Order: sequence, then C-alpha cells, then structure tokens
Amino acid sequence: MSAHDTTEPNRRDFLYVATGTAAVVGAAGVAWPFIDQMRPDASTLAMATIEVDVSAIEEGMSITAKWRGKPIFIRNRTAQEIEEARATPLTDLKDPIARNENLLADAPATSADRSGGEGRENWIVMIGSCTHLGCVPLGQSGDFGGWFCPCHGSHYDTAGRIRSGPAPTNLPIPTFSFISDTTIRIG
Amino acid sequence: MAGGHSTYTPSSGIGRWVDQRLPLPRLVYDSFVAYPVPRNLNYAYTFGGILSIMLVVQILTGVVLAMHYAASTELAFNSVEKIMRDVNSGWLLRYLHANGASFFFIAVYIHIFRGLYYGSYKAPRELLWILGCIIYLLMMATAFMGYVLPWGQMSFWGATVITGFFTAIPLVGEWIQQLLLGGFAVDNPTLNRFYSLHYLLPFMIAGVVILHVWALHVTGQTNPTGIEVKSKTDTVAFTPYATIKDGFAMVLFLAVFAYFVFYIPNFLGHADNYIPANSLKTPAHIVPEWYFLPFYAILRAITFNIGPIDSKLGGVLAMFGAIAVLFVVPWLDTSKVRSAVYRPWYKLFFWLFVIDSIFLGWLGSRPAEGVYVVMSQIATAYYFGFFIIIMPLLGLIETPRRLPNSITEAVLAKTKGSATVTPHSAAAAPEKRA
Amino acid sequence: MKTILSGLAAVGLMFSATVAVAAEYPIYKPQEMDWSFAGPFGTYDKGQLQRGFKVYRESCSACHSMKLVAFRNLEALGFSDAQVRAIAADYTITDGPDADGEMFERPGIPADRLPSPFPNEEAAAASNNGAAPPDFSLIAKARAVERGFPTFVFDIFTQYAQSGPDYIHALLTGYQEPPEGKDVPEGTYYNPYFIAGSSLAMAPPLMDDVVTYDDGSPQTVEQYARDVSAFLMWAAEPHLEERKKVGFRVMIFLLIFAGLVYLTKRKVWTEVAH
Repeated sequence: MSAHDTTEPNRRDFLYVATGTAAVVGAAGVAWPFIDQMRPDASTLAMATIEVDVSAIEEGMSITAKWRGKPIFIRNRTAQEIEEARATPLTDLKDPIARNENLLADAPATSADRSGGEGRENWIVMIGSCTHLGCVPLGQSGDFGGWFCPCHGSHYDTAGRIRSGPAPTNLPIPTFSFISDTTIRIG
Repeated sequence: MAGGHSTYTPSSGIGRWVDQRLPLPRLVYDSFVAYPVPRNLNYAYTFGGILSIMLVVQILTGVVLAMHYAASTELAFNSVEKIMRDVNSGWLLRYLHANGASFFFIAVYIHIFRGLYYGSYKAPRELLWILGCIIYLLMMATAFMGYVLPWGQMSFWGATVITGFFTAIPLVGEWIQQLLLGGFAVDNPTLNRFYSLHYLLPFMIAGVVILHVWALHVTGQTNPTGIEVKSKTDTVAFTPYATIKDGFAMVLFLAVFAYFVFYIPNFLGHADNYIPANSLKTPAHIVPEWYFLPFYAILRAITFNIGPIDSKLGGVLAMFGAIAVLFVVPWLDTSKVRSAVYRPWYKLFFWLFVIDSIFLGWLGSRPAEGVYVVMSQIATAYYFGFFIIIMPLLGLIETPRRLPNSITEAVLAKTKGSATVTPHSAAAAPEKRA
Repeated sequence: MKTILSGLAAVGLMFSATVAVAAEYPIYKPQEMDWSFAGPFGTYDKGQLQRGFKVYRESCSACHSMKLVAFRNLEALGFSDAQVRAIAADYTITDGPDADGEMFERPGIPADRLPSPFPNEEAAAASNNGAAPPDFSLIAKARAVERGFPTFVFDIFTQYAQSGPDYIHALLTGYQEPPEGKDVPEGTYYNPYFIAGSSLAMAPPLMDDVVTYDDGSPQTVEQYARDVSAFLMWAAEPHLEERKKVGFRVMIFLLIFAGLVYLTKRKVWTEVAH
C-alpha cells in the first residue's frame, strides 16, 4: 500500500493521510452532539438562579427553599444565636474556613462571614446538605443549638459550622445576594 | 469464514497470545480484510454497508433520545418537544433519528430491488435472502412502534388502524387486538409496551444482521453477472477494494441524509403528528409513513368479498401476503440464469415492478375513493402477478442471452470495449491481488 | 434508467392532472410568501418576530395558548435579559401549592412558560362554542396544505419548508364574502383558505390598526399576518437558524470528504479492471 523504498511522501500517501484525517475529524464532529446532550438542558439551567421572598420570615424563623435540586436553609437568626456564634473562638472550630461562595476561599468562619454580612448578620443562607455524605440536617437541634444530621451524628452550630461528628467542613454557602431588603437571589 | 482457511498471521507477540485464546482479530481479518469479493461489484452492492451504518445511527441516536423521552401519554408529546427545544443538540438527534428511519428504508428498498434484479436469492443463497426478509419485517415493526412514541395524532391513529388489522382475523381477532393494546383502545399500556419493544427490536435486528452476514460469507457474494466465482482472478480482497468503495457510497448517502436532516427535516413526516394525540378526533386523512404506503394501498385495494373472505380480512391478507410472498421468491423463480443482465424479458418486468411499487406508494397516499381504488387494484394485481405468475413462467419460456464464462472474462470484455482504459491496466488486471 | 424515470414522471403528471379534484380543502392553495427564514441560509428577522409576538399577545393570546414556549425563549427575539424579565413579570402565574396547601398567584419569571388563557381544553371548548382554539406552540409545523405531484418533488430541491407560515398568512388574510348561493353555517366565517372546510368558527381576528407598531411598520392586516406567521414559525422551530448553520458546515465537510474518499477509491482501484 505505501510507496516502496522511498521516504519522500508522495501524492498517494498525502491522499491517504488527508482522507484518514478527514475521517477522524468527521467522527469527532459526530461524537460531540452525543456528549453535548448529556449536559443540563435549557429548562434546567433556567432554574439555576432563583429569587426567594424573605419578607415573611421573622426573627427565629427558617424556611427551606429548593435550588438546583437541593434544600437551601434560610434562617433569620435570633440575637442570642448570633451572640453564641460570635462568642465561639475560631480555634474551637473543626473547620475555620467560611466556605462562603461570596467571599474569598480562605475567609475565616466568623459569624459575619457565615451570614448575610455586615448589617445582615441575622440572615444565614446555606445549602442544607451535610458535608459528610449528603443527608439533610435537622434545624435547631443538636448539641450546639444549630443543625444536627441524624444520619451519622454531625452537629453544626448556630452559624452552620461543624462542631462535632464525622462531617469534615461547615455547611456550604451558595452564591447569593439581597436584590432588595426582602428578596434574595440565589445562584 | 469463507473458503475454510485463514490467511491471518499475527504480527506481534500480543497478537499471537490473543489469537490462541480468542481469535477475534482473526475473525475480523478473515471476514472484512482478506475476504474475497467479486471484482465487478457495482454501486448497487454498496447498500449492505450503508444499511449497517444506518442501523448504528439509529441505535446510537435512539439510545440518547431515550435518556430524555418519557413513555407516558401525559408526558410523551411534551418530552419530545423538550428534546426539540431545551436539550442540547436535541433537535439534531431527534431529526437524525426520525429521518434516519426513512433513509434506513430507502437503503433497504434499494438493497431488496438489487437482490431481485441480480437474482441474489437463488440457490445457494435462499437462507441469506430469508434472513434479509426477517430483518425487513423487524424493521417494519420497529419503525411502526417508533412512530407511535411522539404521541401525535398520526402516532395515535396509525396505531389504532394498524392494530385494527388483527380484528379481521375470525374468532380470535378481537382477543389478539386487546392483547396487543393492553386495553380496549390505544392508551398508556400500549405506549409503554411499544416503547419497550421499540428499544428491544433493533438489537434483534443486529442479531439477525450477524446471521445475514454469516450466511453471506459462507456462500460468497453474487455479482452483476450472476456467475459464481471460479478463480482467484475473479475476486479482490475486501479491504481495501470493497471497503473504500462502500465508504465512498456511504459518504454520498450520508450527504443526502444530512441534506434532509438540516434543510427539510419535516419533508418526510406528516404535519398532523405535531398535534398531540386526541382519542376523540380523527385526522381527515390517516396515512402511514411513506415506507408503508405501498402496503397500505394493497390493503385498501381489496374492496370486495372473495367467497367466504370478506373485504376487511381480504385486505389484511393481501397486505401481509405482499410481504410473505418475498419469503418464497427463491422457489418462485424458475430461471436457470441468475442475473437480469442476461434476461431481457425479466429485466423489462422487473422495471415495471419497480414502477408499480412506487405507483402503489403514491396511491397509498391518496384517499381511497373513485378512480384511485381501481388503479390500486390494477397495481396490486401486477404486484402479485410479478411474483406468482411472471417469475415462475418466465424462467421456463425466456431465452437468456449468452453468459460469459467467468467474471474475469466479463470484466475484460467490458473494459476492452471502453476507449478510456489503457491496454496496460487491462493486461495487468488478472494478476492483481492484494 | 433515465427513460424509465422520465416515463414515470409522465405517468405521474397524467394522473395528477386527471385527479386533482380529489383534495377538496382548502378551496384555494396558500400563496407562497417570501420569508426571511427560507432557504439554506435563512434567518429570522428579529424585528419581525418582536412585532409578531406583539400581535400574538394582543390579538391571539386571549384564546390561543402557547404552552411550550417559555419567557426565557424570548431572548431569541432580540429582547435583553431585563426586557424578558419585565415581559414575564407582566403575566400572572398560578403557582403552588404553598405551605397551607393553597394555590397562589405571582408575577412570571423567565423560567415560566406562557400561561394559557383557559385552565383546560374542556374550558377552552366551552367558551368557544365547542371548538377549542388550538395551542400555537407548534401550529406552524402542524398545518400543511398538500403540495401535490410534482410540486412536492421540486420542494426537495428548493428546500420549501414554509407551508405552515404560508398557510397561516393565507388564512388570516383570506376571509371574504361567501360566493353567491353558498351556505355558511351559523356561527362560522367563510374562508376559502381554511384547511378543513369552507368556513371556520374563528371570526376574522385582525383588523387594520388594532395593534400599534413602534417601529413604523405598516399597521395592516397583511403586515400583521406576515409578522405573526413568522413569529409562529419561530415558536414551532426555535433552532432553525442553528440547524441551517450547522447544516452548511456539515454539507461542506461531507462534500470535501466524499471527494477525498473518491480520489482514494480511484487510486486503490487504479490497477484493477472492474
């Protein structure tokens, strides 16, 4: 099939290489839609950002919203809860990082950085999925007055920080912002 | 598989190791590389390869569509539209699958007509032909059930009409229809079982295709002369000769396919199937997909009772008979000569049969009234006449043209007659083997 | 082969000439319009789609739903994210149940689909003399007047795929006085372009100046009909532009590839007579 006794590429070899290359390019082009179709579709992506009205949530109340298929805990913390969270020194924490998508990756897990921030420290918005193996923790229970995961006994405090049990990190905080005093946009 | 001896020699240590344990590379080499094929195969013989590509296209697109489809009367229509609107590349995959069915049938019809023209069904290839007929039957069942899945008006009413065929069977007809439907009318149970079977049957087709190719490789391919391979000079190696020729035909076929998918994707479909199924409202004209139209015309051509058989049962029998008759073609043809190339009268009747089939297809799309009914009856008469009368009789009375002694002789006679071929290539040809 | 094909065409022509009377409706075939989205390089005219949406919203949507189209899809009409949010917020969506098990109403968001004018098909039929107005999501692909032989063969080469919008345009502009002696059933309106009879239950839905255009386009029934037909084509086939764009690349690739494979095939077979 190949040219005899010569290292010079000739026209025939060029033709075979060109045809073979085109076949490979074609195959790759055909493969793409088959992979592409697995990505989240347009209707799923349209729900990737939600807006939640929090005007009815009084101090000491929580709601659970659904975002990207997961529960989002939104809680209006009481003054006592905030105080408890503030009083806990960072050195007592199992995970001293805020785990807050809105802040730098190494932000410390202070009460303010775990919440809506300056002036909105009463608001806490977290993905309600235990960082151990993904169960949904129960609110206002456990040894630290925060959340308690019944699956394997992880205890979170009033700022959603892991205090004891097998979970490795604090409950993650999604990208969110207050677009008005009463509406939170998540995602 | 053919020839009984293998020329495969593994070139590496790993190759030898595998060959002693599972000689799959040897099987592939013997079947698709060294396998000798007649050197005079024309482009009509490339449709087998095209069909295998289309089967792969249908299975691949079908499997990914199934990831998004919901087989429930409540959800089916909207889930298909979700594929068309929201799923990434979904419109492409769905149009590929829908048009792919049509192009699968275009290829299979050319493949069948080629077999009829060149006498590919004649001994010793009867089983090869029958396996092909089984594949065709499975294709029709698969396509019919697939067409029900989008749950449009034509899906629903097509399913109603076709399952209604079985009520024509005396005594047990109604019972069989309810067995198929899982109820008293086409409904959710029907849709669910059709989905299940639509997913299953293509793999059965793939299985029968393996048998089909196996049988082909036992008997070897026919060729336009209809003369069996006699010496090595009659053949060339499958690879590269047949592979590259098949490859070229495939690319051309895919180009036509792509033209339909990207520019006129709904040309072969029916507008009514974009209306969600409604069990209380029948479309004005129910027509099946184009590839069933000839049989639909035959069904409706029987408007009269034949003795104890009423017209309804008669139509259904005629329709199934039109497919069943294909199975016995090897025994209907009495000619000693295989290829139509050397049978002037058969050639004429064959082309009339092709025209008749297309004409029946057109009639199937017309309303069953007035002059169309008469035309359908005439065309149906020729359809059956071709198989049952012309095939057996013509073989006895026709004087065929003189046959060449071998494929090589036929090829050389042809190339000598052509001015563009140099004497060099003609002289070199008989020695050329890869 | 050639003679057979031409013979076949002749036979077909003969029959189509003799039996053309069989297809009863529509009485007149729709006129073929000049659409921006026709042909291999067709694209939607965004200004036209926005006008068409306005016509749909103000003249059609009181009866005809469009269940498969979401507000977020309207970005394809050239609306910005903020405009889409504003349009969505204009609509009231019934959502729920809430924590008390009650359904509640809220303004629309981009992820919502266009709300339907009637809660279900039965209600739609009851409010419209028993004939439920069809959903418009796919209407431009769900209506096609038969093209007949041999036109349908030519359609392959001209890429004619606009029978839906042609039909909608013809229907909307086709209302007229019935010919003398023609009985029009009570509560229906004569329209020789209607696909399923000589008259239909829908009264002429458009009149000059019923919809205000802000871009200076003529406010005529003719213009409204064109714009809304184009909009409905978009609603039925939102990926049309992408399809044709990808198609062009695929066709170019396949033709080049076919050329290469052909040359390779010739090289391979060059020394074998066949």
